[in-house]
Amino acid sequence: MILDRLDIDVGAFEAATGWLIKPEGACKGDVCVPLGRSAGFDLVATADRLGMAIVADAEAGLWSVGPESLGGRSLTTATAPELSLPDVVTGADVRLSSFRGQKVVLAAWAPY
Amino acid sequence: MGGAEVLRPIVEAARPEHPSLLDASHQMDSLFGVTNIPQVLWIDESGTIVRPAERGSPAPQPTDDPFAKFILELMARGTTDPEWYGNRVRDWAEKGAESEWVLPPDAVIAASHPRTRDVSEAAAHFALAQHFWSTDGFSAPALHHFERAHTLQPENITYKRQAYSAWSFAKTHDDTARFAQSPKPGEEDQWPFVSEFLADAKQYLGLDLAAPSSTPDP
Repeated sequence: MILDRLDIDVGAFEAATGWLIKPEGACKGDVCVPLGRSAGFDLVATADRLGMAIVADAEAGLWSVGPESLGGRSLTTATAPELSLPDVVTGADVRLSSFRGQKVVLAAWAPY
Repeated sequence: MGGAEVLRPIVEAARPEHPSLLDASHQMDSLFGVTNIPQVLWIDESGTIVRPAERGSPAPQPTDDPFAKFILELMARGTTDPEWYGNRVRDWAEKGAESEWVLPPDAVIAASHPRTRDVSEAAAHFALAQHFWSTDGFSAPALHHFERAHTLQPENITYKRQAYSAWSFAKTHDDTARFAQSPKPGEEDQWPFVSEFLADAKQYLGLDLAAPSSTPDP
């Protein structure tokens, strides 16, 4: 997630990371991480709680937020997150959740 | 990093029955921990991951393309059963949750790729590197952030291949350069990266490309 400011709203954070901010904390699948009392959404504090690195490029005036690193593993839950990517041929967005009810083999490949 | 215009003719020629999606921003890494290709994960009917991202090699296919032949042979090195991965998928398709290859949620999480705060920082640098590469080409900021990403998560081969391929293609505009993964002999001093694939393959993938066979079935 590339940002030109850190005071983003909850919706932008949720859309970019898949973590939902609820009264009980930041939640993804069946995992919720308490965030403590706060007057409003604080990206830096939330990212720190979730183990998300924030890298600044001062010259360009940009920040980049990395993925969560809770528990030392790339998955914090076995519940598949939403994935939305464009179809190579049609350009239409394809959502992983549209395959619910079917088995999905998700293969990463590159032709170079 | 050629985009849909590079991929489309390949997909159209293959005419797969499944969707083929373009992941230009490496969501497969940030969401699922994919750090190399080919890596595959399984998701059941309820939306639960039952195998995390892991090596999943296709069976060798007949081809006249020498490059494709080389890649397929490379992936098959050391395997005693060329259908080992396809057989696992077929077993799951037939038996579902009763398949011996299905993992419970805790085991899926535990077997997913390690991700430390350094790995998260590597992903953040990689996103900046891609941003600068797409807007300014291989500028000093792009190379700086690629270097930080490669150093912080050296086992992430996709971060490296992306940089090697894009840099080499930008330098030569030759399609074959898209697979450049190390400097050409005599051009070592022009290579702008702190790593190259031949050494990485041995260190992080257990692949000694000079040896006849070294990769057992996982």
